[in-house]
Amino acid sequence: MYQICEEIKPESKEMREVFAQVMDELAGSDGRVIYLDADIINSIKMTSFSKKYPQRTIDCGIQEANMIGVAAGISETGLIPFAHTFAPFATRRVMDQVFVSVAYADLNVRIIGSDPGITAGSNGGTHIPLEDIGMMRCIPNATIIEPADSNVLADMLRQTKDLYGLYYIRLSRKKSEQIYKEGSTFTIGKSNLLREGKDVTIIASGICVADACKAAAELKQEGIDARVIDMFTIKPIDREAIIQASKETGAIVTIENHNIINGLGSAVAEVLCEDAPAPLVRLGAQDRFGEVGNVDYLKKVLHMSVEDIKNGVRKAISKKNNQ
Amino acid sequence: MDKVERNLRLLAAQIRKTVLYGLGTSKAGHIGGAMSMSDALAVLYGKEMKVDPNNPKWEERDRLVVSKGHCGPAVYAALAVKGFFPMEWMLTINQPETKLPSHCDKNKVPGIDMTTGSLGQGMSTALGIAWGLRYQQNDAYTYLFLGDGECDEGQVWEGALFASTKKLNHVIALIDKNEKQLDGYTKDICNVGDLAKKFEQFDWYAQDVDGHDVMAIAEAIENAKKQNEKPSVIVLHTVKGKDCTFAEDVFYNHHMTFTQEQLDEANQHLDQLIAKLS
Repeated sequence: MYQICEEIKPESKEMREVFAQVMDELAGSDGRVIYLDADIINSIKMTSFSKKYPQRTIDCGIQEANMIGVAAGISETGLIPFAHTFAPFATRRVMDQVFVSVAYADLNVRIIGSDPGITAGSNGGTHIPLEDIGMMRCIPNATIIEPADSNVLADMLRQTKDLYGLYYIRLSRKKSEQIYKEGSTFTIGKSNLLREGKDVTIIASGICVADACKAAAELKQEGIDARVIDMFTIKPIDREAIIQASKETGAIVTIENHNIINGLGSAVAEVLCEDAPAPLVRLGAQDRFGEVGNVDYLKKVLHMSVEDIKNGVRKAISKKNNQ
Repeated sequence: MDKVERNLRLLAAQIRKTVLYGLGTSKAGHIGGAMSMSDALAVLYGKEMKVDPNNPKWEERDRLVVSKGHCGPAVYAALAVKGFFPMEWMLTINQPETKLPSHCDKNKVPGIDMTTGSLGQGMSTALGIAWGLRYQQNDAYTYLFLGDGECDEGQVWEGALFASTKKLNHVIALIDKNEKQLDGYTKDICNVGDLAKKFEQFDWYAQDVDGHDVMAIAEAIENAKKQNEKPSVIVLHTVKGKDCTFAEDVFYNHHMTFTQEQLDEANQHLDQLIAKLS
């Protein structure tokens, strides 16, 4: 069960600190947990872990393709590998290795991609993955998780340790906005209803969830009653919640830290088209590359800000009213 | 020729004959590489590898990753001859609903330890298996087949660095150096050069052997097993299409179609070899 914070505010710890803390907990309780990285152990604050568990830390060096294959092989021997690198290199650089050596071979690997989308801002377009969800969505049976805060992250790490298959978890390394109370638990494949509403539904994931909540609160002052859903599992997507939102609110806005092509917006569109058509506005990167800049700047230039969400909501409601 | 050698050469001929038996259904397949690696497969399954046909998932077994996964039919032939599954399965290779797809598939074939097919990837998965076994104090060896054309792939060399750095001394790689890849000679297309020397520079223990001399292969594997720190590579100098009458002298012999007459002639040749050795 999850509990929502009364007020959204920045978390006290960075996501990477929580990642390291939970990995330490998992390694302490289960000798099968193995951590692999491609030369950015220090960037994700796993240095202490690597010193505490040197026999269970594999720094592969800057060779992501090999890392994914090694992780696959390790899982074949019954161990539980968690493999981390920056999100673009954990996905697009190693797409074939993930596809063949992990997924097609039916092996058991958790891939952690850090700095997704614009959270990689200062590294610019080469490091800003706005396509990783799309690529992973195409892999049969892959599960894709994008935690909105460290409470979701912690629970997902704990849960996926004991599940089998390919899990892709994309997470910002830095502080997130706290959405959920500590100790919350979540159900993979089930979205979280953060705010009830009858006029429109905003479906968000990752760093966009807090902005969706802010936009909904501000829209209330205009008399717009917006529902907010945290779709932290992008695959398998919660079809039921989308269909219900469509039927009950009649208009949908998606906001994602990703290209609108083949990400959350596309996944929602597929469900709407098949089962419950409704006006839809997809927000996120409009089929473009990233560029250098901090997160606030990039939210503006990629039209992902709170103001953009509010405009998207107005547009969706207008479409609904003009049907 | 002593009994051990005779038996291994006999097994190699039986593997080649079984490959043709299997591919005979569709009269097509990756003949060249299957034939060039058959002697080494005979040494692995006839002498060096610890496996149990009645218990393919035996924890203490040695593992084999055939990274040149398109040569699945050769491995399936070895497994069928050793009794991992009924010989009749071979007739279904690449047929709808088969248990024996063209490329090695660990989820369908008893005795196949890793799914392969995208070249270069078996290197890494083999290293992962070796790492996992060592971590769990399992002394089994992990054998790895690579093609020489496959060594064009960067992932092979990522793995080469990784294996020596992590001192994976229970990895024994066998490179089927038949000098050819699909489009022609490796020296003309992407020259891998002296592979033993290259791997030595990556801090592996490297040996060059005649890949059709079963006793030399066996001796090289025994040498490899004595390594305390380094992973081993054995460069098998082979002939693509070896002992297959319609393939050995053909330029494009990576993947081939063949006629019943060609098949009959090839079988006749292999039957003569088997008769001599029996």
